[in-house]
Amino acid sequence: MSDYSSDENDDYVLYKNRPEWSDITPLAQDDNEEPIVAIDYTENFKDCYDYFRAIVQKKEISERALELTQTAANLNPANYTVWQYRRDILKGLDKDLHEELEFVEKIILKQSKNYQVWHHRKVLVEWLKDPSKEKYLTEHVLSKDAKNYHAWQHRQWVIKTFKLYDGELDYVDLLLKDDIRNNSAWNQRYFVINNTTGFTEEVLRQEIEYTLSRIREITENESAWNYLRGLLLHDKAGLSNNTTVKAFVEELYESNNRSPFLLAIIVDMCLEQVGAGGGDSNYSAKRAVELCKDLMEKFDTVRANYWQHMLDSIGSESGEGTSGN
Amino acid sequence: MELRPYSEIVKNAFNTENYPTKTSSEQLNTEKLVLRKYFEASDSSKNNLQHPELLKDKHRQYLINSTYKLSSVYEVLDASQPWLCYWITHALSLLGIQLENTRKRAMARFLAKCQSPDGGFGGGPGQTPHLATTYAAVNALVILGTEEAYNVINRKKLLEFLWRLRQPDGSFEMHEGGEADVRGVYCALSIASLAGVMNDSALFENSAEWVVSCQTYEGGFSGCPGMEAHGGYTFCGLAALVILNKSHLVDEKALLRWLVFKQMKLEGGFQGRTNKLTDGCYSFWQGAAFPLIYSILHTAGHTPKTHLFSSSALQEYLLVCCQNSNGGLVDKPGKNRDLYHTCYTLSGLSVAQHFLDKICLLGHKGNQVMPTHPLYNIRPDHVRKALLYFSQFQFPRSPTDETERT
Ligand SMILES: [Zn+2]
Repeated sequence: MSDYSSDENDDYVLYKNRPEWSDITPLAQDDNEEPIVAIDYTENFKDCYDYFRAIVQKKEISERALELTQTAANLNPANYTVWQYRRDILKGLDKDLHEELEFVEKIILKQSKNYQVWHHRKVLVEWLKDPSKEKYLTEHVLSKDAKNYHAWQHRQWVIKTFKLYDGELDYVDLLLKDDIRNNSAWNQRYFVINNTTGFTEEVLRQEIEYTLSRIREITENESAWNYLRGLLLHDKAGLSNNTTVKAFVEELYESNNRSPFLLAIIVDMCLEQVGAGGGDSNYSAKRAVELCKDLMEKFDTVRANYWQHMLDSIGSESGEGTSGN
Repeated sequence: MELRPYSEIVKNAFNTENYPTKTSSEQLNTEKLVLRKYFEASDSSKNNLQHPELLKDKHRQYLINSTYKLSSVYEVLDASQPWLCYWITHALSLLGIQLENTRKRAMARFLAKCQSPDGGFGGGPGQTPHLATTYAAVNALVILGTEEAYNVINRKKLLEFLWRLRQPDGSFEMHEGGEADVRGVYCALSIASLAGVMNDSALFENSAEWVVSCQTYEGGFSGCPGMEAHGGYTFCGLAALVILNKSHLVDEKALLRWLVFKQMKLEGGFQGRTNKLTDGCYSFWQGAAFPLIYSILHTAGHTPKTHLFSSSALQEYLLVCCQNSNGGLVDKPGKNRDLYHTCYTLSGLSVAQHFLDKICLLGHKGNQVMPTHPLYNIRPDHVRKALLYFSQFQFPRSPTDETERT
């Protein structure tokens, strides 16, 4: 397929100079008499879109219209009208969709943060019922930007729709080895487990162990702490009754670590215990108050207002007035 | 409110714990750029009491010029022209500036050309209608606030358009045959409630449940179930639930915790996702979630006494790090200005400056901008005026009524 992305191509011929288009009268954008946010279009852009408007008006489904949408999509991959029309043509002409996969792949690799190109890809995969190239494509994009939201969303959709969970945890491990702070990879870990084994007691035990080891390596990695909290959502005993987690946080605290994420989880453990009637005296309102003050004044000053708000809520919920402190 | 001393800001540097990764090195690079700005600011504020100053005149000029002509760089936004109108008019309105009447008329007429005869607005004249550009067009028309502008909206066709995008699970496609995510539900609700076509509860049946299924284990919302919590989608999800009167379905403690931790301790601005970089536009997407949470807390009898994020650190980031000296605002130091970031940084500044009815201002009085409505990101007076205007009309009959009759 030829690539008409104009500036790369000296031989580019405007549509108005192409004999095969001579029967079409180009249709200019219906602009205001008085200009409003009038974009100073380049000649190639205006030329191509004037012909695009004309064929849409004619509802022309043809090879030349298909070629025109290719140019239009290259000029502005965010034009959803172009992609939608292109899909109508692909259907109307019963085109080889594998060729189309290759075309959109090229644009995705150049414009990987664009809703329309990924959606086009998704529709093609749905039509073909063939997800075989999708893991590779998303891995290619993620190798350049491991947090690309569109790539992850496409990958999750493919995995979920076609049940391609096999090997996904290994991929997540690979990404986390590469960058343990990659929150998208942590989120994918959760996604896979949630949709496969579920957070059974055994899985929970293993995942907690894994996560605590990662936190031991870097204690200010919010991704790992959030994942730990996510795991504990599945612990029937709650946030504050898991003996492994309790032992871990106490040990870390004793070692003089003051990661805000550590102190924050202890505050929430205290609040849970106090709210439940205070089964574990180690997690008291008094301790929560002291931690909130430490966070406000020393370890997490940017969030002072939030910690003050937490402090106020302890006062009102536990019945222990904090005003006297 | 005062600038944090430079010596204090420096102490908040990211702690790599001898474990550098790509995330930490990108974070440290950003901190370097930001610190350079804060260092210059601490120097100049010694001699200039006006510092940091919101460059209102420069921003006004940049925005007004943009209503006429935009360079060919904006070709990539050829399918987002109503957005350009909204970003400009809203940013101007926060600065207290209205377009001249002739310009208002011209913009209303331009947006009318973007409206499809089948309902909804497209990215430009003749383009397929799209939920996001319809949201932007309706917002822009509400900001213009003239009868001519209000009357552009074909409410009956608009409702039909929304019905065509609704999915059985309560989500909304962005356009016919397009993708569905949390933006869709939010845009549909914002449009329907502003234009007074919300009478039909069947239109949003299951929508609240679908949106709630996007709240992640981290506490924020994702674009669709299973994905990562993200600032833009969190705003859309929360605002959607508030419009639906279903905010009790949110785990608001987890959400609040996630939100406060998205504010960066050194930069003062917000990141969009855990372990990502600060970006000025999240000042609004994350920032506006706070007033929405305050309303939830208020209902529960826990009205907060101040902003629950650091309003001064956020204003500091916006004023010191996000202004282009020639007008317009940016994502972070070193980035080019654009209309999107100009709109959402000023919107974030507005959120930071207004707490309930109180003003919390960093810098000179002249830095103050107008309040914004956290559900629509339009000035509250513009919202009230539009709601009043549309309330005088009958609700358009919904397409389902007609099918029942046949
Ligand atoms: Zn941004």
